[in-house]
Amino acid sequence: MMDRYTKLQIAGIYLCLAVFLTFILLPFFEMFMASLRPLEHLFRSPYQFWSDDFSFQAYRDMWVTVPLLGRYIFNSIFIAFSVTFLTMIFVVPAAYAFARLDFPFKNATLGIFLGVNMFTGAVLLIPLYRVLRTLGLLNTYWAMIVPGVAFLIPTGIWLLRSYLEKIPVELEEAAYVDGASRMYTLRRVVLPLAVPGLIVVGTAVFIGAYAQQFLFAITFNQTRELQPLPAGLYEFIGYQSVTWNEMMAAALVGVLPVMVIFLFLQKYLVAGLTAGAVKE
Amino acid sequence: MTEVSHQVAIVEGARRKTLPVGMFAWLLVAPAMIFIIIIVAWPLAETVRLSFMEADLGGETYIGTQNYQDLLESRKFQQTVTRTFYWMFISVLLKMVLGLIGALLLNAAVPGRALFRVLVMPPWVIPIAIGTIGWLWLYNGYFGVLSGMAQRLGITDGPFEFLAYKTSAFYSAVVTDVWVGVPMVTLFFLAAMQGVSRDLYEAAWVDGAGRWYRFRRITIPQIMPVIISMSLLSAIFTFNSFEIIWILTEGGPRGATTTLIVDTYKTAIGNYKFGEGSARAVIIVILLGAFSLVYLAFLNRVNRKFGAK
Repeated sequence: MMDRYTKLQIAGIYLCLAVFLTFILLPFFEMFMASLRPLEHLFRSPYQFWSDDFSFQAYRDMWVTVPLLGRYIFNSIFIAFSVTFLTMIFVVPAAYAFARLDFPFKNATLGIFLGVNMFTGAVLLIPLYRVLRTLGLLNTYWAMIVPGVAFLIPTGIWLLRSYLEKIPVELEEAAYVDGASRMYTLRRVVLPLAVPGLIVVGTAVFIGAYAQQFLFAITFNQTRELQPLPAGLYEFIGYQSVTWNEMMAAALVGVLPVMVIFLFLQKYLVAGLTAGAVKE
Repeated sequence: MTEVSHQVAIVEGARRKTLPVGMFAWLLVAPAMIFIIIIVAWPLAETVRLSFMEADLGGETYIGTQNYQDLLESRKFQQTVTRTFYWMFISVLLKMVLGLIGALLLNAAVPGRALFRVLVMPPWVIPIAIGTIGWLWLYNGYFGVLSGMAQRLGITDGPFEFLAYKTSAFYSAVVTDVWVGVPMVTLFFLAAMQGVSRDLYEAAWVDGAGRWYRFRRITIPQIMPVIISMSLLSAIFTFNSFEIIWILTEGGPRGATTTLIVDTYKTAIGNYKFGEGSARAVIIVILLGAFSLVYLAFLNRVNRKFGAK
């Protein structure tokens, strides 16, 4: 068969894979190694690859050094989930309209949405700060959720639109012929069929929301109890010294819940990307 | 579904059908639109207004286009623009090349590839700030593994602080940015490769085409739309990449990693020069706006049928 490799080729593929994955995983490996070393051992030069006193002490101490750590981990996930939920509420109807319906200024409107992709929060921080202050949202969860939603809506529409376009239009026509209203068709015919797409787009939005909360958090929120993990990690940087080992331990433990969720969803995600990113 | 509710649905359907399609579509789009207008368009308009002001914590005075004139005359700002485009170009190029190689490797029919595919994803899934903190540790001259390895191998005599020198700091930031961006690019390329019809490969194989030929003449042309859309999307992400540079170097040393977005943040948030910062923000919007037009034109022309981002 054409897929058969020689032994040499297989060895070459594994070698390249090893190099590639080393690049991807090296920071995680080093974060883990750093988390295992006692602090005084960590600041030892020249660099030592192996220490004889590795311990999990940092994983116990970190909860004492930063008492709110558990809260930060929760906040991160809570904010990302809220952003995802709200974004999907805005995205689903709009994506359907762009996928199926003809309306005045359709292309211009789509262009405006995609144009939002050109910005990040960093460009608009000052006026955004004022807007959030006007709306009375500063220093609340909303201060981090609302901008997140705004900047993820375009991506969500763009992704979901392509899934909805792939659902056979005949089913909707059949529903119309039976006398169903447009809203009814959307709710009872289109949405159930779009569930796989909704999972994929939801996961992609969640990843976006989870990955990019740092800037909004440090700018729009001063309430410590509401900070997400990336901002909370900065508390390990003390007046005297940085407890790097605990910081790394906290970072790894902090992302663990999302990693586990992702592990279950990744199969759908990759399959979904395959279905969505490919032309018929 | 009960008989009654079905009846209701039909009656409701008959009544609702009078709603014109255009109106219905706008009802569906309106919530998202209004949200975007309040959270993005309003601040954007405010940014444009502020860019004509001398504005700080003390107040605002109208000064016309002075902010823009200052920027256009500033050699430092020209360097920042050039640096930003170079940053974007080199980083996107690396993301595309590595993404393509990664996708090819993960697409190869070898045992364990399902596992490898999962192992590629973590940099994409975790918060960018956290991954960057990991790199911050790697780049440390005294305690980081990279410098340690270089010393062991005798490449450098003493500790090498990656983030302390202009050139090494710039490329260190590039590497971290590439690291964050590669997993997504790889997965999209992989998805596209799996969508290429096997018949094409089999036909070529029967005709005696080698692997390299099949890659060059089938894989690449078939996934070209995805390559183009991903490269342009990556370009926008990279142009706007802020957290990575901010956490690693805060734009230093001596401005070596100051891209437009970092410059804007420093001016506006760091030095409270809201007017000057806004002028920079407007220039970013104009530059990326021009870029996005090319993006959309490209996208429309190259692949009308292609779906996802």
